[in-house]
Formats: sequence, C-alpha cells, structure tokens
Amino acid sequence: MATEVQQIVLAGADERDLTKLAEYEAIGGYSALAKARAMTPAEVTDELITSELRGRGGAFFPTGRKWSFVPSKEQIPKPHYLVVNADESEPGSFKDNEIISRVPHRFIEGCLITAHSIDCTNVFVYIRGEYSGPYEILVAALEELRDRADIRGDVTIVVHRGAGAYICGEETALLESLEGQRGQPRSKPPFPAISGLYASPTVVNNVETIVTVPPVIAMGGAEYAKLGVPNTRGTRVVSISGNVVNGGNYEIVPGMSVREIIYDLGGGIPDGRELKAVVPGGSSTVILTKDEIDVGYDFDSLAKLSTSMGSAGIVVLDDRCCIVQLGIRFSEFYEHESCGKCTPCREGTRWLTAILRKLEDGRASERELDLLLDVCDRINGKCLCPLGDSDAIIVASYVAKFRGEFVAHIEQGGCPFGGESSLDHVLAPIQMHSHVPEGNWLEAAHG
Amino acid sequence: MTDLYDEIQEIRAHYPEDAASAVLPALRRAQEEHGWLSPDVLREVADALETTPAYCKAVASFYDQLHLTAIGEHLVEVCTNVSCAVVGAQQVVEAFESELGCRAGETTEDGKVTLRAVECLGGCGWATIVAVDHHYRTHVKADDVPAIVEELTGGD
Repeated sequence: MATEVQQIVLAGADERDLTKLAEYEAIGGYSALAKARAMTPAEVTDELITSELRGRGGAFFPTGRKWSFVPSKEQIPKPHYLVVNADESEPGSFKDNEIISRVPHRFIEGCLITAHSIDCTNVFVYIRGEYSGPYEILVAALEELRDRADIRGDVTIVVHRGAGAYICGEETALLESLEGQRGQPRSKPPFPAISGLYASPTVVNNVETIVTVPPVIAMGGAEYAKLGVPNTRGTRVVSISGNVVNGGNYEIVPGMSVREIIYDLGGGIPDGRELKAVVPGGSSTVILTKDEIDVGYDFDSLAKLSTSMGSAGIVVLDDRCCIVQLGIRFSEFYEHESCGKCTPCREGTRWLTAILRKLEDGRASERELDLLLDVCDRINGKCLCPLGDSDAIIVASYVAKFRGEFVAHIEQGGCPFGGESSLDHVLAPIQMHSHVPEGNWLEAAHG
Repeated sequence: MTDLYDEIQEIRAHYPEDAASAVLPALRRAQEEHGWLSPDVLREVADALETTPAYCKAVASFYDQLHLTAIGEHLVEVCTNVSCAVVGAQQVVEAFESELGCRAGETTEDGKVTLRAVECLGGCGWATIVAVDHHYRTHVKADDVPAIVEELTGGD
C-alpha cells in the first residue's frame, strides 16, 4: 500500500493564510456554498449520501443519512438547528483544534451549506472551553463576514464555549450543556434529529465532518467516494502523539496501515526505543499490540480487530510504558469525567481505578484480576452513554492482550518496571480532588 | 446597572427568549471579570439571568474551568494525560511545583499563581501542553519552566 497524502480538509493551508477571508476566496472559497444554494436542500443531502461521508467524531454515522432524518417543517412545525460538536476532548485527538485554527472559513462554509440542506437559520458551534486560540480565530473569521450578507445569507452562527467537561462531547450531554444545564446525557430515543436542541429537530455533526462538506459539494459526491477504501471514503485527519518522532496532524487517504502512519508519517519511535502498543483512535479504543500494526487504518480493517478509528487519535507507546499504569491513567480520566448520572459508570470507573492501583502496588492476587474483569462486565453495555463503556472496554483489552504483564505485577508483588515506566507516578487531576485516602474504601468494601 | 449586567443581556440575546443557554457564557464572563465565582458573583449572575444563585452554582460545579474557590492571578495548567505523560509531563508538573513552591492543585502563598494538573488539552502531538492563562504553550520541557515562572512572577 502506498503512503498517500492528499489534502482536502486542509487544502491550501500550507501555502496561504486561510484564516483570512480574502485568501480563502482567492482559492475559490465559498464557491461551493454558491453551488449548494443553487441546488435544492434534498439535492445537497443526496450529494452527501453519494459521497459516503461518515461522521468524523467517532461514531461513523453516514452524514447524508443523518441529515435526511430531519423531518420537514410541515411534519414538525419547529425551527431546525445545526449544532457543531467542537468539544474535542478525547485523549489523543487534536485534529479539530488544527482544523478550526487553520481553515476556519472552510469550516464556516460547511456550516452554511449544511444549514441550507437541513433548512435551518440557527447554527451553534459548541467549542471546548480550553480552546481559546481556535475560538479567537473562529470569531475573527465570523467577524470578517459581518458585512458579507451574500455569504451569510439569513443564517446566524453562535459560537458557544464549553467550560471543561469531556462528557459534553457526547451529543445529548452537549445539548444539555448548550441549554444551560449540567452536561449529563439524555436517554435516547428521541434522537436529536427529531427532538434535540430546545426539543426541536437538530443535526449534531463533528467539526471535521462539517469542514468536509464544501469539498464534497465542490468535487461532487461521486468523485469524493472514489477516494479511500469501502466504508472509509475521502480523507481523514489523523492525530499522532506519544512516543513518536513527528507528532502532529496528518490528512491521509484511507488505505494506509497503522505501521505506515507511525513510521512513514510519524517518523517512528524516538530515542532508539521499541514500539510496544498503539492506541488507534483516541483513549476509548481497544489497544493494538506491536504485532497488530500492519492492519489497515480504516473502519472495516480495524473492526476485524474489534477496534476502531474513533476520533483518529493515534497514541504511540514505547517499551517503557507499563500497561497497568496505562489502565490506571485512562481509568482515572474516565472516573474524573464521569457525569455521575448512571450507576455503572459513576461507581464502576472508580472501582476499575482502585483495583488497577492495587495491582500496580503489589497488593493484589489473581482474585483482583478476576474482579477487574467482572467489574468491566458490569459496566459494559449497561451505561446511559459510551463513557463508562469505554473505560471497561479498554481495560479489558489491556488484560486480554497483556495478561502476562498483569500477572507479573501479582507474582512480583509490584511493578516489574521498578519505577522506570514512562507513566510512573504521573499526577492525574482526580488525585487533586480526592478526599479518600488511597485504596481504603476498596479494602473496606472488599477486604 | 453594572457593565456585567449589560454584557449578560447581550449574551442572552444570542439564544431563544425562554432558554437558559446564557448561563455558561455568563458565568465565564463573570469569572473573567472577578477571577472566580464567589457567592456574591453567583448572585450577580443569577440576578442578571433572572434565576437563582443555587441554579448557577449547580451548573458551575459541573465544569472544571469554573472556579468556586479563589484562584491566583495567573493560572498554569499542565496536561498529564497519556500523550503528554509519556514524554515527561510529570517532570514539568514537578518543575512548576519546585519553582512556585506549591503543590499542583494549590496557589502560591502570595496569591500570584495557581498550578493545576488537567486532563487532555487537545494538543497531544505537541506535548507537553501547558495552558498559561488559557493560552497553550507547546513542547514544554521541565527546563522551560523557570522562564515561564519568571514571566508570571517577574518584577517582584
């Protein structure tokens, strides 16, 4: 397979400052919008269906189909809303940060085309509160359109800032937050397409999905669908981080393997170390061992290994990484970010952290390893949203693929890395908030 | 009426009339103004939104960036999630602790700087990410920390 890089989402941004309206218009910016507005909304949606574009936030739902679920205003006489999910908070993923920062006008153009397609005049961009830089760039780009009614049409775009909560990347939690509530997920159905923001028909799409809409319209859905491989069409902006020489975002055409992405684009592993494992699509995806990285980086190939591209955040881990500590650090993350609404997640994530901590500290026996997997089973599939499930799925995958390392912790009465792991003693935010002395409650409960 | 009151009315105009959507941006604006969300500030926001301080506090307490206790003049936040951690985020945290003389989660005695470890900031490929007063510094190493601290506390 060839290492193919083709820019669609970030096209032109290496050569020009596309944060400027004049520069974006100079390369044909906003002409896809004009083309879309000359089409009927249904024709635009059909073009997206033809393109086979699937949601880039991680759920992979076909974009055109999602839009087609929005009922007509005769069926439900309420305003329609477009809500863009720019709450990118998945550990390992930082593509939307760069997309908004470098091609804000292409993103805005995508919002305006989508608004036309779903018959809406109110767009909300929910951007994570920490993204001050991208927020300022996006607001400046919108400011440039203040006197450009020819572009804006009758659409209002409001940029709504989050305030630090991973769970608000889950679409119904995002809607709750946008409505001025604590960001706790809703039960589905009803789905947002029928009853979303302010109980009105709402499309929620990821930033990368929206920014891909103008190129799809410009080149035509059929042309776009020629790129990539079946079920993963077009391009994908992949974030590479961790123990890799050239961390950063790379726009790829699917068809490459994980190995090619890490070694050809990412430059391989620094400091003469060996690869140990790869988190393929952000913290919530099933881990790959170093022997599994010849897998294609696309939906179908990864599904065969029970994992996914998720939000396309590839985290590379070298041979200094203790897998039990990896489980602790991610589990601490999910425990910290659990919204507390449903019991399996609120209680279970805390149990996972505590049991893993016992293993790491050499206070565990085989019984704890069984208990760990039992707790995973009691979380997975029993939560209101994917947050708790994610913690359970990844921890179970670490045990399945690195069982020997877990057993070594038990047999050696502690971490075989002896303080030399790359994740040794890392301070997770939840430790700053914890009021319970380490491990005590678990031992009280479990002995 | 205060400036904050007027600004909150402007924020409210972006959302449908009967919606509570302005709460989060209003709390953010108030915090920018006052540094943190004291009971008095929550009351001021609640009055401007025609809701209760308890409602504002219930919302604020959910979000990591909204502070219900006083913080320093400057805020230093070090990402310690995995991508940053495997390339030395903990050393960066410890360098800040030693330069500032306070632990992560605390504020320096003179009230100048609050230091926090935070979850993924979304800059993983440019690790370690440190947000200094909400703006990202990339590729931060422990060796870079004294200069950042000097920048924040210099002149004293």
